[in-house]
Amino acid sequence: MSIASTSVIQIIPRTRRGVELWLLIVAIAVAVGAYVNIGLTVQDKIPASTGYYAAGIGLLALIAHFALRYRAPYADPVMLPCAVILNGLGVAMIHRIDLGLAAVAEANGRTPKAPAAPQQITWTAVGVVLFLVVILVIRDHRRLQALTYTAGLAGLVLLVLPLIPGLGVNLNGARIWIRLAGMSFQPGEFAKVCLVIFFAGYLVVKRDVLTLAGHRFLGLDLPRARDLGPILIAWAVSLGVLVFESDLGSSLLFFGLFLFLLYVSTERAGWLIIGGLLFAGGAYFAYQTFGHVHRRIQDWLDPFSIDGGQVASGLMGQAWGGVLGRGLGQGRPELTLYGQSDMIISSFAEELGLTGVIAIILIYTLIIERGLRTALGCRDIFGKLVATGLAMSFALQVFVIVGGVTGLIPLTGLATPFMALGGTSLVANWAIIALLLRISDQARRPQTPAAPVSDETIAMAVQKQ
Amino acid sequence: MNSAIRRLAVAAIILMLALMANSTYLQAFRAGELNGRNDNRRVRDSQFSIDRGPILIGNTPIAESEASKDRFQFQRTYASGPAYAPVTGYYSYLYGRGGIELTQNAELNGSDPSMAFRRVVDVLTNRRQQGASVTLTLNAAAQQAAYSGLAGKTGAVVALEPKTGKVLALVSRPSYNPNELASHDLDKVAAAWKRLNADDSKPMSNRAIKELYPPGSTFKLVTAAAALSSGKYTPETKVNSPAQLPLPQTTVPLVNENGQNCGGSNNATLTIALRYSCNTAFGSVGMDLGADAMAEQAAKFGFGERQLPELGAVASQFPGDLNAPQTAQSAIGQFDVRATPLQMAMVAAGIANQGDVMKPYLVQNVKTADLKTVEETKPESLHQAVTPEVAAQLTQMMVDVVENGTGKPGRISGVQVAGKTGTAQTSKDRPPFAWFTAFAPANDPKVAVAVMIEDANIPRNDIAGGTLAAPIAKKVMEAVLGQ
Repeated sequence: MSIASTSVIQIIPRTRRGVELWLLIVAIAVAVGAYVNIGLTVQDKIPASTGYYAAGIGLLALIAHFALRYRAPYADPVMLPCAVILNGLGVAMIHRIDLGLAAVAEANGRTPKAPAAPQQITWTAVGVVLFLVVILVIRDHRRLQALTYTAGLAGLVLLVLPLIPGLGVNLNGARIWIRLAGMSFQPGEFAKVCLVIFFAGYLVVKRDVLTLAGHRFLGLDLPRARDLGPILIAWAVSLGVLVFESDLGSSLLFFGLFLFLLYVSTERAGWLIIGGLLFAGGAYFAYQTFGHVHRRIQDWLDPFSIDGGQVASGLMGQAWGGVLGRGLGQGRPELTLYGQSDMIISSFAEELGLTGVIAIILIYTLIIERGLRTALGCRDIFGKLVATGLAMSFALQVFVIVGGVTGLIPLTGLATPFMALGGTSLVANWAIIALLLRISDQARRPQTPAAPVSDETIAMAVQKQ
Repeated sequence: MNSAIRRLAVAAIILMLALMANSTYLQAFRAGELNGRNDNRRVRDSQFSIDRGPILIGNTPIAESEASKDRFQFQRTYASGPAYAPVTGYYSYLYGRGGIELTQNAELNGSDPSMAFRRVVDVLTNRRQQGASVTLTLNAAAQQAAYSGLAGKTGAVVALEPKTGKVLALVSRPSYNPNELASHDLDKVAAAWKRLNADDSKPMSNRAIKELYPPGSTFKLVTAAAALSSGKYTPETKVNSPAQLPLPQTTVPLVNENGQNCGGSNNATLTIALRYSCNTAFGSVGMDLGADAMAEQAAKFGFGERQLPELGAVASQFPGDLNAPQTAQSAIGQFDVRATPLQMAMVAAGIANQGDVMKPYLVQNVKTADLKTVEETKPESLHQAVTPEVAAQLTQMMVDVVENGTGKPGRISGVQVAGKTGTAQTSKDRPPFAWFTAFAPANDPKVAVAVMIEDANIPRNDIAGGTLAAPIAKKVMEAVLGQ
């Protein structure tokens, strides 16, 4: 190969499945190590369930890995290990708080509640099954574009489900749960996926119209007034979620996703401005009108003004953790309200310290940035938009819940992806990761299908030059 | 499209950085404030669950933590709770700490910087953090003698070792039982706390160091010290000592307690005046010396300074801006002169130690669980209150008080005791305060003591430092001297 002909950098496609396997082994080792550590500190022995836990999480991870080898060999190698380590650590922490709560119950002479960790492991299995379904059934993400309006309708139905009397339940002031066959579900988590597909499919078609410039104002090209329809509808729906389901977090998530995709498809910052103003106005209206929102803001501004406040209990746990943490099993995360679900980041902050929290946030950042990298590399607009939407849904969700728990913004009830106790969210997140991996397989696959090249042949090719 | 996605990627990183920055602020910088909150159960529980070191007298614990089978793992117990409560204080889950439990908390729970190395070793060897033991200077026999001496009375006793300033006894009655506050039955603790604070007899008030009383005639020791130090007086100097001393600027004269002149003389010597505790004699000496000289002498004995400040002790006071009649009243320990029992013990101890007032201290040493000494208190001189010569003269005068005067009930057979009685009036509605301060043996003092009785439940006529307080002082001194 002459020097002149290599002036265009040629990316040699590599599957990187071997890298993924090593990263998976590290992720599993960390998760199992955490589990054993908890057993040693809390019960002074390696828990008998360690084998069960290690086999479960290892097997699930490996099944997912081989599914990728088989059906998506060029998929991003980092996202799956990130999901596994978050999921594994989440289960370990839920187990640790199970032990803490059981000790408290015993000290007070009550019968301990059933442990939550086995449930979460079951849901992990369900999540991985859905992951497999997505990877194996959806061979090409572009086929989802045909389902644009079906997805939109499904998203809306899922959003509205908790409002149906007898089905929806009020939990912690918000009405975002439904109860079915004795189990609780958070349909909003799946609505999120459906709506991203809908937004993407819709914008692929309408982006040309929405890109047309209207008035120029303060150096910004504002859209034409007649094109404001879609954003107003999205705004109305998200405000509806806020008003009727009292959930600022979901409302922000849905509207934010729509805005981001609108921005990416049109490249007009004016949409962000209009959307931001609309949302701020709506949120202020909600703050003025609804006691639940008002109380959340109060709890944020002055966490200790509410006796036994959720934010305050988390803040004290995080402070107790300090920089290096108390050590797994040596904090008191059972004292934190919702320490297994909404506030699980606070539990990690307490036992793993600031160091652990930053590591967890960095793992989320990796998933988000690998997702956006996938969007950049994707060759079709629909795929770009879906990948952006799914990656940004992680970003928004992590920011809203972790920011709420750490006191940066008002606390709202969104699930901490992969970690928090709760089946729906966990399963939905596995589906999201599967979709992202499916898109990334297409994004990273060589354009003219070629047989996967192993690292050794590349090394040889480099030496030959 | 890709440029918009790149901008979103940057925005997402900024969001995550904001989370990390906020967590850093919270866990690294704001943690101290949050951990210091009273309603922070984690901090309270963890401190309450530490294997806290004992508080010792010699090798005997008066407060120790015993393993318990409940959530706190250790139960603090006080062997002779009420007798030592003014010193040990309490250790309560609900109400925090008091006394030595508070002042030496960092050592007792092992978090003191001096034990940082040991803590690291504990962590590395996976041992539980163990607190250090605090050994007190108290003398168990003296403390018990003082405590039983005050039975049924309201008052306080302080005994010091004159040569070092070691506190040998520190008792206040009525007292309380710190075991009640250390209990893990929190409902009972709350009830006990409420009851103790509502009690009119103020059982949790430390009368020995935290309350001020008119010292009455025991203050005449300070006046006598000022007189002898001035060079104008010797123990044999004759002073004006009528039955009634007319005071300038007022029609109310100063009178002697018994309404007579001083030991049969209107011109008694200073020694005789002290022997019979003549108010008129010391009133005229005080006016002669002037308020400033009196204030200066009082300050040299420690008035105006907080002794044992860590235990919340208050400073004794000698008033300023006195006119002549006020000076006369102050010279006999009345008017606005106020002293703690500890202060009056320091006056006796200073005289006993050749005029050198030693700084009082309660903590002898602090030792880690493996018996390494991390702190050892060294005796420290506070002030040279009087010259050794004046101290010797005062000692002779005080011996005379016990052998021939008002202090006879303080005599110990075979030991020369130097002492001074006091009876202080505040108002006609309440009984006077009975005082006795003394040291023994006079030639080689081992113990100085001050006894104050606020209320002894007996008719007011019978109150006199000699009859009420001196027998208790005698018992305490005997306990120290091993008799």
